[in-house]
Amino acid sequence: MKPFSKINSIITPLDKANVDTDQIIPKQFLKLITKSGFGKFLFYDWRFNHDGQEKDDFILNDSHYKTSQILVTNENFGCGSSREHAVWALKDFGFDVIISPSFADIFYSNCFKNGVLPIILDIENIKKLLQFKDEIELDLESQTIIFGDESINFKIDSHRKTRLLEGLDDIDLTLKEDTKIENFEKNSSRISIFE
Amino acid sequence: MTETLFEKIWNSHVVVERDDEPSLIYIDRHLIHEVTSPQAFDGLRVNNRKVRRPDLTVATIDHNVPTTDRSLPMIDETSSTQIKTLEKNCKDFGIKLFGINDPNQGIVHVIGPQLGITLPGSTIVCGDSHTSTQGAFGAFAFGIGTSEVEHTLATQTLWLEKPKTFEILATGKRKNSFAVTSKDIILSIIKQIGTDGGTGHVLEYRGDAISDLSMEQRMTICNMSIEAGSRAGLIAPDEKTFDYLNNRKYTPKNYDDLVDDWKNNLMTDANSKFDKTFTIDVEKIEPQVSWGTNPAMVSDVTSKVPTPEEFGNNNEIQIESAKKALSYMDLKPDTPIVDIPIDRVFIGSCTNARLEDLKDAAEIVKGKTVNSAVSAMVVPGSQMVKLQAEELGLDRIFKDANFEWRESGCSMCLGMNPDILKPGERCASTSNRNFEGRQGSGGRTHLVSPVMAAASAIAGHFVDVREWC
Repeated sequence: MKPFSKINSIITPLDKANVDTDQIIPKQFLKLITKSGFGKFLFYDWRFNHDGQEKDDFILNDSHYKTSQILVTNENFGCGSSREHAVWALKDFGFDVIISPSFADIFYSNCFKNGVLPIILDIENIKKLLQFKDEIELDLESQTIIFGDESINFKIDSHRKTRLLEGLDDIDLTLKEDTKIENFEKNSSRISIFE
Repeated sequence: MTETLFEKIWNSHVVVERDDEPSLIYIDRHLIHEVTSPQAFDGLRVNNRKVRRPDLTVATIDHNVPTTDRSLPMIDETSSTQIKTLEKNCKDFGIKLFGINDPNQGIVHVIGPQLGITLPGSTIVCGDSHTSTQGAFGAFAFGIGTSEVEHTLATQTLWLEKPKTFEILATGKRKNSFAVTSKDIILSIIKQIGTDGGTGHVLEYRGDAISDLSMEQRMTICNMSIEAGSRAGLIAPDEKTFDYLNNRKYTPKNYDDLVDDWKNNLMTDANSKFDKTFTIDVEKIEPQVSWGTNPAMVSDVTSKVPTPEEFGNNNEIQIESAKKALSYMDLKPDTPIVDIPIDRVFIGSCTNARLEDLKDAAEIVKGKTVNSAVSAMVVPGSQMVKLQAEELGLDRIFKDANFEWRESGCSMCLGMNPDILKPGERCASTSNRNFEGRQGSGGRTHLVSPVMAAASAIAGHFVDVREWC
């Protein structure tokens, strides 16, 4: 995984609550067996009419936001299905950061596995960011967001932060604990399904 | 020190624990399906890794299978590729697969318990958010993403932050326990605690009203924990749990010893502290019908579609969400729920397609005919449920009433196979999510219980099913 670096970008404001993973990536696109190429299906039903034409009134179709790496949205983002395809689609579309007052648990965890940083901020700061038009500066190292004259600190679990900053592979790290896993299995034998 | 049931399960599965870091938790059961696993197996191949414990891992095919005649070739090539990919992955990595023509094929959360793979006190994962279903057996069962599927395959463990605990205490007795179902209980709970009420928490459902439920009814409750934001929900095992799992195909050989152990250990100690508590009196619960586009947008069947302001209760974001939902659902505020006409009925899904669900629905349908304006289908949760239902003659009852009787799978719960709503169609569905487009782009879903779905199919609109039984 690529190490996570400092980001300077404008914000894409998606002022909606309870955005579920069925909206982020509808089921008809879950049949691919690779991790790439999901960006073109992101928010499919909101982005496209039934005839496949882009809808003018949906923010992601506004060319102004084309290079934006930061999505700011409202509470309970990513609820519903566990599909990691939702994160793959957001990342492939260009979003490296999602900022929301709250995230669904599985989505939140899926983000970190793919180098996407989910940031939780209080509703007042979300409101400010949703209105902010210029470029912002986001630094994971110092856990700050600088926009205009203002600066906000955000919280993040230090363990997860390190993994993002260094782009570490979870499985490699876990395999370093292999002796402990083996000991656990020896000390309390697990019940095989097919004994 | 007193502990909750969840804390006991957690503590007995910790492999690595350090201050202020996630813990490494051992996984006892890993269930796999065709949609969220291909990229995980790819990852193993790229890194030349093996599956650590194939004996704790099983797979089935459920999400995209056709529910029509399976002797015919599949029309959808991409689905077919996904199925073949899982078949190859299971063969290459030595994993047991209940394939498309296996008598044990079915929705992953239905077959786990049915085959005795689900065990009390265990940790269970699957790349599917409704894994919470299996918490009904007193297991810590939760959905994971594909990266975590890969991680579990390679290490049989996961890094997890310890969730908080949330007690859902259900008291009282349902007034009509046939017409007011466990589906109505869980929809009422979600309506009150909200779609993110349980985020970061494991729910433990407790109280007489929960003990009173059968195992299959308990599964419906735990299944929808995720709709309240909780990755897992659980219920302490009791005699009903132990009876249900006895003599199943994969019930462990030393089952009686295990049961003795579970009886002594798997309960929340008296005076344990939960981080949160919510109490619900089930006596007051009516049959529920969802009217919006998330599972908290639910009303009593005798009431009306609310105004956005009534629903939002001064919360701007909620008011705005309700406006959008009503527009998507093409519903006007103050419309009586029973006046909403329907086009389709779907009885199926991991929420409500087990044998009892089908029996109860058949009880309503018996001797009646589906309304001419409605097209209705029954999709059993597994091939075993289908067979058992056929042995009881339920298929005849449904077919005689003009319901379609299908092969098992996830089907129109998420519409990854050909079973989908057309744009604008309105469906009474026993599934779990009423999100926009969930059952088909432009489709409108109303979440209900199996008996409500059955009665609505006959009437052509929602009805107070209490008057039917």
